[in-house]
Amino acid sequence: MFLGVTLLIALIILPFGLGSYGLSLMISVLIFGLFAMSLDILIGYTGLVSFNHATFFGVGAYVVAILFYRGWDNFWLALPAAVAASVLLATVLGLVVLRSSGPYFLMITLAFGQMIFALAWKWRTFTGGDDGLPGIPRPDLGFPVSMWNEQNFYYLVLVFICLSFLLLRQLFRLPLGRAIIGVKESESRMQALGYNTWLLKYLAYVIAAGFAGLAGVLYVYYNGFISPQELNWTMSGMAILMVVIGGTGTLVGPVLGAGIILILQNLLSAYTERWPLVIGMLFVICVIHVKDGIAGYVMKLWEKGWKGYESPGSEKPN
Amino acid sequence: MEVTQIIIQVLNSISYGLLLFLLAAGLSLIFGLMGVINLAYGSFFMLGVYLSLAVIEQTGSFILALLGAATAVSLVSMVMEVCFIRKIYNRELDQVLLTFGFAYIFMDIVRWCWGGTPQSLPKPVMLQGSISILGAIFPVYRLAVIFVGILLALVLWLIVEKTRMGVIIKAGVDDKEMVSGLGINIRLYFTLIFALGAFLAAVGGVLGGPITGAYLGLDSEILVLALAVVVIGGLGTLKGAFLGSVLIGFMETFGNAFFPNYAMMTIYITMVAVLVLKPNGLLGKDERP
Repeated sequence: MFLGVTLLIALIILPFGLGSYGLSLMISVLIFGLFAMSLDILIGYTGLVSFNHATFFGVGAYVVAILFYRGWDNFWLALPAAVAASVLLATVLGLVVLRSSGPYFLMITLAFGQMIFALAWKWRTFTGGDDGLPGIPRPDLGFPVSMWNEQNFYYLVLVFICLSFLLLRQLFRLPLGRAIIGVKESESRMQALGYNTWLLKYLAYVIAAGFAGLAGVLYVYYNGFISPQELNWTMSGMAILMVVIGGTGTLVGPVLGAGIILILQNLLSAYTERWPLVIGMLFVICVIHVKDGIAGYVMKLWEKGWKGYESPGSEKPN
Repeated sequence: MEVTQIIIQVLNSISYGLLLFLLAAGLSLIFGLMGVINLAYGSFFMLGVYLSLAVIEQTGSFILALLGAATAVSLVSMVMEVCFIRKIYNRELDQVLLTFGFAYIFMDIVRWCWGGTPQSLPKPVMLQGSISILGAIFPVYRLAVIFVGILLALVLWLIVEKTRMGVIIKAGVDDKEMVSGLGINIRLYFTLIFALGAFLAAVGGVLGGPITGAYLGLDSEILVLALAVVVIGGLGTLKGAFLGSVLIGFMETFGNAFFPNYAMMTIYITMVAVLVLKPNGLLGKDERP
């Protein structure tokens, strides 16, 4: 609790200590942090390694952009519409992909993710094809605060990520959330206890998609541009890396992971064109050396002296 | 449709299907026998394409390109297996991250060495031209793909089902300690299988290169195609991969002929249809590892 409040205060006063470059980087970190956090619902809490999470991020972003192009640029209408579209897609896709599990699940999600990617690429009249959809303005919230101001937009994103975090933390304290964690720990045990584990996984998949869609909405408003690249598998893989580096099953960890990767990427791309090479090596190093993720590490240190309590599901899924 | 046209479409389907089998066989083998998810699989294919391009530019020989590219890619994959993959058998998430990282690394190396401009590969001289089958004109190169595909399917089937190596590997998947206890160096066999998978990907790259061309992003396209084939056929069964590829070959070719606007979706529609009916693919087993 104390740690959380300190972190929140730090995040609130942060814009005052940052230049415009640092601030825009921080906004990206928070948006991708939310995206990674939503993936953590699957990897860290449900034990599903999904490889098409970028699909829902991208769909959320595309819905906002497409609505804007059709003349609907109301934020309070576009936001729920975009999240609903992601959720809807997940309810349909989930029916197919969740028929399998483990590596099968991973491969099938990857294939479907690329299907949607290909669709966005080819369906020019709607998505603009590989040119993407440029020129999406910052949202007008309806009160006299301009979102074109970076600092205001930062707080908007911060509000959304904090709300999402609180909602999700609460979810995993409720019986429903505990049951989902139970599926990750032992699906057969939960089945024996009479739970419908398929339904629990399905719910987790849909919820995760909704939050990914929300991240996509913030992304397109901030970036002003969406292209099929945001639906590509590299994006899903990057999110997995963020979750694992930050620490699975912690919700906060993935945000930290997003920060590490994005800041690193920014620093590196200033010095070398070869940063994908370095990111690739980071993946390799991460697999060989990082066990619980950074957040897992910090939390263990913290909680050892605090109450000797271990966070649920902080160990890596198999 | 006239008879000759149907013959051509059927031959096209078979040759495309067998090309897909060349792509998917290695992935199916690595996953089926070792249980390793290899997301760098498409990168092996892409490396095969680009390396063969380099060799052809230097020597002009297609055979040298085939041998050189396949050997080089196999060696790279062996190093990868011995240094990294070996440490993470049975750790799905780690395999995903590791091989995804390698996909990034290979992609950037290709961009570094060859730049981002798409390039095309010449068809080998001896396979240019076309011949007439039952009155239908058909390119020799496609016939060659059919021939190599069938040959490779037979060889792989023999290796897995009829040789000592196949038996040892299957036993090793079930119980690694036991097989090691019998004095067999199971790790060596696993490395060989991984290299064989990479070898197949590279061969697919060299043969398929003249059809696909060489460009960045080829790796993920091939990976997804191979995944779709393997998922449709049933993970880890070579027979399934064969069946899946031929099925997709027919669906794609005839889908193109009848519904040209939805061509790129046929493969996914096939996948959904199969998965809805049989969640583990056409020949997939019911139990999961």
